[in-house]
Amino acid sequence: MIASKTAPVAADADTALRHKVLRRIKSRPTTRGAVILLGVLLLLALLAPFIAPQNPHDLASLSVMDNRLEPGAQGMTGITYWLGTDAQGRDMLSAILYGLRTSLLVGLTSTAGALAIGVLAGLVAAQFGGAVDAAIMRVVDFMLGFPSILIALVLLASIGRGVDKVIIAIILVQWAQYARLMRAAALVERRKEYIEAAVNFGLPTRHIMLAHLLPNSISSVLVVSTISIAGAITLEATLSFLGVGVPVTQPSLGLLIANGFEFLLSGEYWIAAFPGIALVLLIMSLNLVGERLRRSFNVRGQ
Amino acid sequence: MTEPFFELRGVKKYFRSKATLAQRILAATGSVPPPPVLKAVDGVDLTVTRGEVLSLVGESGCGKSTLARAATGITKPTAGDIVYEGRRVAELRGKDRLDYLLKVQMVFQDPYASLNPRMQVRKIIGEALRVHGLLPKSEIDAAVDKALTEVGLDVAYRNRYPHQFSGGQRQRIGIARALAVKPGFLVCDEPVSALDVSIQAQVINLFMDVREKHGLTYLFVSHDLGIVRHISDRVAIMYLGRIVEIGPASAVFTEPAHPYSAALIAASPSTARRKRAFQPLKGELPSPLAPPGGCPFHPRCGHAMAKCHEVRPILKEIAPGRSAACHLHNSDDT
Ligand SMILES: Nc1ncnc2c1ncn2[C@@H]1O[C@H](COP(=O)(O)OP(=O)(O)OP(=O)(O)O)[C@@H](O)[C@H]1O
Ligand code: SF4
Ligand SMILES: [Mg+2]
Repeated sequence: MIASKTAPVAADADTALRHKVLRRIKSRPTTRGAVILLGVLLLLALLAPFIAPQNPHDLASLSVMDNRLEPGAQGMTGITYWLGTDAQGRDMLSAILYGLRTSLLVGLTSTAGALAIGVLAGLVAAQFGGAVDAAIMRVVDFMLGFPSILIALVLLASIGRGVDKVIIAIILVQWAQYARLMRAAALVERRKEYIEAAVNFGLPTRHIMLAHLLPNSISSVLVVSTISIAGAITLEATLSFLGVGVPVTQPSLGLLIANGFEFLLSGEYWIAAFPGIALVLLIMSLNLVGERLRRSFNVRGQ
Repeated sequence: MTEPFFELRGVKKYFRSKATLAQRILAATGSVPPPPVLKAVDGVDLTVTRGEVLSLVGESGCGKSTLARAATGITKPTAGDIVYEGRRVAELRGKDRLDYLLKVQMVFQDPYASLNPRMQVRKIIGEALRVHGLLPKSEIDAAVDKALTEVGLDVAYRNRYPHQFSGGQRQRIGIARALAVKPGFLVCDEPVSALDVSIQAQVINLFMDVREKHGLTYLFVSHDLGIVRHISDRVAIMYLGRIVEIGPASAVFTEPAHPYSAALIAASPSTARRKRAFQPLKGELPSPLAPPGGCPFHPRCGHAMAKCHEVRPILKEIAPGRSAACHLHNSDDT
């Protein structure tokens, strides 16, 4: 090494941080538990078609005779309903596994969509500034000015229910927060000399945005998005509970809760309670992991 | 070659603080003054000769980096012209503009901020070659290795990321990045001030080596007069956005014409022991938002006369190849 004898300064701030985060996650029992729980839930959702005792969407496989059976009861065909059945005689365990799948599908897809749009909008606003920036940020402020549930309700009330429509509604509600975060991060990066160097090399603006600004400003946005997945799932559950979310043919956890709600008073608690518990576990683990990540990376939340 | 190599003609760069909408409305109605204008560079004329090392010296905040950014095309000047090989840069388009951008390269002050932390050294150095298609893909790796070798770095480092290097090594990467596009003119903005003193000399030597090898021209921004004296053919002294003295380094250092140059040289640790008759630099640098009237240096000048409060001295030739902006030397102007 001809250049110098000093030790590499600030040895890999990034890797060091990553290690710190990993260490913290491992050392905190709550976070560790949350990570494991989240992993299990993801796995269950992924494998639902293979591990569920029944296909709850296939009406032919249900027997109405088995309706509203208690947890642990035996069905006509000899199958044990560990978490009971609902009014259609659907196995609650299977319904929950499939519901988890729908909830996660909506949460992850809508977060990915909102991220893509928000990151692009924030990047463009930061790069071009001036009127473009003002226009984008005006829209962002407008969107963030309303409660998300209100925007989603109004939209779904007019376009109707459906998995794709709920995803669109959640994207519409969530992109603005990513745009704001991305813009702030990109503005900080843009002032750095490596961007000036790229300008000095006459590199195209699009290249500077994608190869330089984007990879250096996206990390805080990604961290926040972990928590936002929980927000998206909650929003979906709320919309479905209110009857404007996913269709009855593809129930999410929120819709399962809504379906069981009317039987709560008649003592058939399991139809609503078990999906409720599953939803709470999912949201809680996502929040714990996301919050830990956010604090470790020192990102200011919304 | 009859036309000068590189020229700045009346270059100005003003910064206006961003006014809010309310402020703009109030300013339009005249109820509050418009936001102040910061004249970071306020009319600089400079001619650079091919092959020379011209140093630009001045206190922090006098506009050196702003001038360097305008000269390299990173920012557009508010007014004035940059003329490269006889052609006005503002009029260059497409390939001609790219040619100017690549031929006039900046070496940055901060070895940490000037390299993209998420790019491997190989990508950093080869980026312009690749994106502009200056070399066939198959030859880029060889060009990167050549640039690395030239700045004294092991080619085995090419797949590393910037954080795996020390400050001095990073600065070498920055130099390799500039050299890769075969520039003719390097604008170096305090390229060693962020480095350990022990490493500064090595990097300065590297600058001098590559200059000899490629016949480079340098505009070398620095406030270390020891280094400037050592490497420069000519020196330009800058104060509050203007050049107040320019001339051959030896002449300016032994016999500064402008009181500000004299004070700077007297205050510099490497020259202080020469005990000059001039008093050291006193007072603060005035705010560039509200520079003093007349000669902007008059509040700090031991030679200030009545005229200095009223009339701004202009840069005038005081001897062949030497100019200064001071009434002591231009007694005839009014
Ligand atoms: N983008 C900008 N916006 C507003 N003001 C700026 C901008 N860039 C520079 N300035 C101001 O212009 C003046 C000159 O800055 P510049 O960076 O050119 O000084 P400098 O001589 O390079 O100083 P230093 O030795 O500290 O690097 C300073 O007052 C600075 O605050
Ligand atoms: S013009 Fe006057 S105030 Fe300015 S440097 Fe010369 S003597 Fe000093
Ligand atoms: Mg500077």
